[in-house]
Amino acid sequence: MKFVKKHLLTIYAIGVFLYLFIPVALVILFGFNDVRGRFNFRWVGFTLDHWENVFFGPVFGGVPGLWDSMLTSLRLAFLSSAIGTVLGTLIALALGRYSFRGRGATNVFLFLPMATPEVVMGSSILALFLALRINQGYATLLISHIVFIISYVVLTVKARIQGLDRHLEEAAMDLYATEWQTFRRVTLPLIMPGVFAAFLLGFALSFDDFIISNFNAGPTIQTLPLWIFAANQRGIPPEANVLGTLIFVITVLVMLLNVVWQRRQSAKTSV
Amino acid sequence: MTAGNGIPAVELENVTKRFADFTAVDSLNLNIGENTFFAMLGPSGCGKTTTLRMIGGFEDPTSGTIRLHGDDVTGLKPYRRAVNTVFQSYALFPHMTVAENVAFGLRRKKVDDAEVKRRVGETLELVQLSARGSAKPRQLSGGQQQRVALARALINHPRVLLLDEPLGALDLKLRKEMQIELKRIQQEVGITFIHVTHDQEEAMTMADTIAVMNQGRIERLGSPSEIYEDPRTPFVAGFLGASNLMSGTVSGNEVGLPNGAVIRLTDIQAARCNGHNEVQIGVRPEKLSFFGSNDGNAPVNRLSGVIADTSFTGTSTQYLVEVPGIGQVAVVEQNLGDIHDPGEEVTVAWKPEHTFVVE
Ligand SMILES: Nc1ncnc2c1ncn2[C@@H]1O[C@H](COP(=O)(O)OP(=O)(O)OP(=O)(O)O)[C@@H](O)[C@H]1O
Ligand SMILES: [Mg+2]
Repeated sequence: MKFVKKHLLTIYAIGVFLYLFIPVALVILFGFNDVRGRFNFRWVGFTLDHWENVFFGPVFGGVPGLWDSMLTSLRLAFLSSAIGTVLGTLIALALGRYSFRGRGATNVFLFLPMATPEVVMGSSILALFLALRINQGYATLLISHIVFIISYVVLTVKARIQGLDRHLEEAAMDLYATEWQTFRRVTLPLIMPGVFAAFLLGFALSFDDFIISNFNAGPTIQTLPLWIFAANQRGIPPEANVLGTLIFVITVLVMLLNVVWQRRQSAKTSV
Repeated sequence: MTAGNGIPAVELENVTKRFADFTAVDSLNLNIGENTFFAMLGPSGCGKTTTLRMIGGFEDPTSGTIRLHGDDVTGLKPYRRAVNTVFQSYALFPHMTVAENVAFGLRRKKVDDAEVKRRVGETLELVQLSARGSAKPRQLSGGQQQRVALARALINHPRVLLLDEPLGALDLKLRKEMQIELKRIQQEVGITFIHVTHDQEEAMTMADTIAVMNQGRIERLGSPSEIYEDPRTPFVAGFLGASNLMSGTVSGNEVGLPNGAVIRLTDIQAARCNGHNEVQIGVRPEKLSFFGSNDGNAPVNRLSGVIADTSFTGTSTQYLVEVPGIGQVAVVEQNLGDIHDPGEEVTVAWKPEHTFVVE
């Protein structure tokens, strides 16, 4: 009992960690399952077939659409987050640096996409496209993703801008930097961590979005979440687990690299 | 950089700045000569920073004209003005090294590499930071950061340097050191410094000329001793040092006080009373000394009273003398031995030339 009291926090932390990690562990594990039948729910036996299938199978594994939808999602996430980050950063600069008519209203409108249920948002964007007689496809999908990414980008970048000392920009201008040079040399480098974080957030939001994509992708485009949802009707092949595992591992590696890089940066400047 | 062609380094003509319906600077007229150390002094919110920001180009005046060395610069962007600013918060670029910070202005002017290197080295030496060129600003102490900010501005050889309370964030000892340092640098590089502060002692030790501001206007302009000895307004008298102010009725060179005492004025001071009946006069506490009640050697301006309070401050002793009909009069005496105790009856006296008239 004494032991429990002393280590309560540790035990609690381990519990939370397990709760979060067990589903991920199961996804990874069932990528190695020698599955029989359509459903990959029961452990049968260990095999590397699915991994081999993903990497060396004929056009990635005779699992039609899996790899294609993965690439579609990656490309979509990259493009929508890149565009969303640029647009959102510009909006954040305007909101954080200038006062103009309609600034309050802009703030409210930017908050709306985050507060609105995705179903409402997805369907209303669809309704807009239908009203304008725009056919669903890659363009509509991209636009709808940019729309909801922008809000998150503005929020993230604006926080960074508001933390910035205004006098820094004035000092740059005082030292003969034009508006553009001030932005290039002082403002942008200083808000870059925020911009980068916003890009990653946008990427992640786009990559795993299902609801809005479902409304706006149209019949010909399939993102990974859409593919998995469709596959679920027939039974998800273990190759999907393998891809999931890969995404997970790559994400963790990137995060670790980031930590190492930041350690080294701060070590360099504190000599 | 030669002085004497008569064109002021900075010229403000009827400069007014309004924020919504609040007037922060009220039709200011000001000429600042070349190579002067000019201090702007005033209480919080009197418009010092706003004035400085208009000279630097960060704020446009609502009306009026600003000239630098005779050229109208009103409305010009900061990067088109040959002035540089040392900000109160220093505003050093946190993502650049000290050397990069200092080189920033020259880089924007496309000065070639070798020249930039040479001048950065030179300027860092001037502010005694040669060893810290590759450090980041946050690794420096407050005083060092302050000197980087100074170097970053000075390297551009501006003809006018604006300093907004540059020593405000430093502790007392460092502030004293930096005051001497700043004065040395100003004399060494020979440019106009406009130094904003609300520390009267700082302004008096450093400046050639002081402007005392109050509510968006300049109340008094002159050398430190002129302003101190003849403050002219009750506000300036109270803001710069301590003073004893008394009201009385003027006739010729004399002012009759309510207790019957008659105070003699100099001709110059008396001339300023022309057209007035009631005036306020003042005298600085250190100009007063104690005398025996019938001492023939005492100066002619005399008041008698009882010591109400004595406080010893080390080099001097401060007394408060209760003078019937006038109130408490402050006296500061050097500590040369005899200290007067509360309750003692005394006569204090001072010379006519130490009496000033305020309006
Ligand atoms: N951007 C602004 N908008 C509205 N009012 C302002 C603005 N800038 C300054 N003011 C007002 O103008 C007045 C003068 O401000 P200023 O900053 O020039 O004072 P200061 O003399 O520098 O005071 P301090 O010694 O406290 O720095 C203040 O009352 C301030 O509230
Ligand atoms: Mg100020």
